[in-house]
Amino acid sequence: MQETEVLEGSEAVAFAVKACRPQVISAYPISPQTHIVEALARMIADGEMDSEYVRVESEFSAASVISGASAAGSRSYTASSSQGLLLMTEVLYASAGMRLPFVITGVNRAISVPISIQVDHQDTISLRDSGVIQFYVESSQEAYDTHIAAFKIAEDPGILLPVSVCMDGWILTHSYERVSFLEQEEVDRFLPPFKPKNFLDVNDPKSWGSYAEEDVLMEFKYSIHRAMQYGKERIKEIFSELATITGRDHGGLIEAYRTRDAEVILVAMGSMVGTIKEAIDKLRSQGQRVGLIKIRCYRPFPFEDILDNIKVAKVVAVMDANFSMGSEGALGMDLKAKLCGRRGAPLVLDCVAGLGGREVNEKRVLEIVERAREVEESGLPLDEPYWAGLRPEILPEGAENDRQGKIG
Amino acid sequence: MSVREYLRERFMPHLWCPGCGHGIIMNNLIRAIESLGIKKNDIVMVTGIGCSSRISGYLDFHTLHTLHGRALAFATGVKLARPELKIIVPMGDGDAIAIGGNHFIHAARRNIDITAIIMNNRVYGMTGGQFSPLSGYGTLATTAPYGNIYEAFDTVELARGAGASFVARTTTYHVRSMKEIIEKAIMHKGFSVVEILSQCPTYFGRKNKRGDAVEMLKYLKESTAPIGSERKRKNPALIERGIFVEEDRPEYCAEYEKIVEKAQKG
Ligand SMILES: Cc1ncc(C[n+]2csc(CCOP(=O)(O)OP(=O)(O)O)c2C)c(N)n1
Ligand code: SF4
Ligand SMILES: [Mg+2]
Repeated sequence: MQETEVLEGSEAVAFAVKACRPQVISAYPISPQTHIVEALARMIADGEMDSEYVRVESEFSAASVISGASAAGSRSYTASSSQGLLLMTEVLYASAGMRLPFVITGVNRAISVPISIQVDHQDTISLRDSGVIQFYVESSQEAYDTHIAAFKIAEDPGILLPVSVCMDGWILTHSYERVSFLEQEEVDRFLPPFKPKNFLDVNDPKSWGSYAEEDVLMEFKYSIHRAMQYGKERIKEIFSELATITGRDHGGLIEAYRTRDAEVILVAMGSMVGTIKEAIDKLRSQGQRVGLIKIRCYRPFPFEDILDNIKVAKVVAVMDANFSMGSEGALGMDLKAKLCGRRGAPLVLDCVAGLGGREVNEKRVLEIVERAREVEESGLPLDEPYWAGLRPEILPEGAENDRQGKIG
Repeated sequence: MSVREYLRERFMPHLWCPGCGHGIIMNNLIRAIESLGIKKNDIVMVTGIGCSSRISGYLDFHTLHTLHGRALAFATGVKLARPELKIIVPMGDGDAIAIGGNHFIHAARRNIDITAIIMNNRVYGMTGGQFSPLSGYGTLATTAPYGNIYEAFDTVELARGAGASFVARTTTYHVRSMKEIIEKAIMHKGFSVVEILSQCPTYFGRKNKRGDAVEMLKYLKESTAPIGSERKRKNPALIERGIFVEEDRPEYCAEYEKIVEKAQKG
């Protein structure tokens, strides 16, 4: 019988991390991540948890400390948000290159400037090329479960990469939800102690990150990509192994929601998924064939699983809570790149939604579905991504003539 | 000019809690600038991130509100581009000495003509009361529920050791000398550091049972003494305040000009 409690999302994550018994934790405060590491600090101080907690002077140091700890053979953990994640970037590329399997909670928050503490995915999306595996979650329960899976995935001998569990700031970290916990013995059985084959061992000296012959870098990088690409099946196995223990199946790399006969399929990740599901139920009850693909694993990109679920779709509408300035949103780009040249591929409607906490409510989702229907009718893609909920009245004059959101 | 003219009233009410020391510092900074008679347009204020750093939003100079810890690096760029302007950089203790510690020591080493004001409340106020490198051994914080085991930096010694040519310390209790010290720091040619011991009643005060803002101000009065004073001699534990370093030393921008001239002469 699992214990269930109503508690803050941050606290749920802290309980998950505690159950995974990391030996080293290091962090620097930044909202909205702070409650997680404060809870861990308290658990360690109260003797409920046996870990070294290193309070450092910046996120750069935090990422470096846990990388060092990981190289020394310890299970290690950190959490950050926004500017803090950006500051970790240089370190994280190196850690992935060194194949260090630690876990980071990426509590999603917008990036300055302008200064904003509201949620969007720009921070973790900026790390998508680093070699860090990325999961996105919809609820506190999923955050709890995914953290437990994350350590096992990171440490899998065929994977060995940092894993980031990304969760929306405030909406998930600061709201209270009912969360069920595993027994410690169950977690211990699922996740045995970290015993890496390679670590800094005084009896068997090895080196990490050294200069390599210039003509091998490409192979090193390809190896990270391989570990991700071929790790996909392993990730799914680990997720389903955990699901049999918890009795909760959040899906594999994706969750397909009412997609089987859907003509319009939305693609999204993070907490907005909950709102989208409700909107879809409503549309379904009106007879519209609409579905959703929730991306749980963003890196590696689960294209095969997406493809399996969009076979009959006419339009796929991607909702990106991030944007690559001067181009498009990341999810939209990934999907279009993979679909390009495939016979019978659906049209893609790319939307930017929820930047800097701009609300994604049912009305907005319905608007997007309507747009998708227009695209379906015209048979043409958009000229430029549609910025859902943009406020033209505060944009510079002339913006009303922009091609944003206009069809072909 | 009245004090109000230095404020951007459209940004009021400010975010500072009742009793926060940051407002006292802003007040005296304005008074110092007013009595020096520096034109608003000749001042550039650069800040990082923190409760303290919000000051750049409230003051009507050229202001650059940047990233946590990076204010001095941005300010160095501003100064090199426009050496004739006065550059003032108010920072929190975390901002200046934790995440921005590297920029701090290197700005001091260059002796670049910037005024750094460290609004030291010994805590990360904005993020909810975690300890900073200036909290000191034994203090309580959200990240140190049973007491902090890290020693604090002595900002004055750090600045002196790194090469700042003007180094002073005062508190939010000592408002008159605060104003004078800020005036001197602004007029000093070189890197000037003013550490102002300030109070955060919301986090440092509550966590450490230091009472309300008034109690905390009283503590700042009682726990400090002028440099070399009788009180300090009698009680060596007191924290000294006053001007520790005030030296005329080659300033970075001036040296830079000279080397350019030299190079161009061939
Ligand atoms: C890179 C980065 N890391 C962390 C933060 C979160 N953060 C904002 S303000 C702050 C500390 C503020 O403390 P201090 O500088 O002492 O200023 P105070 O609020 O006490 O005035 C932190 C850690 C951030 N904005 N950017
Ligand atoms: S939290 Fe502390 S530093 Fe921030 S405004 Fe309140 S009293 Fe001032
Ligand atoms: Mg502070």
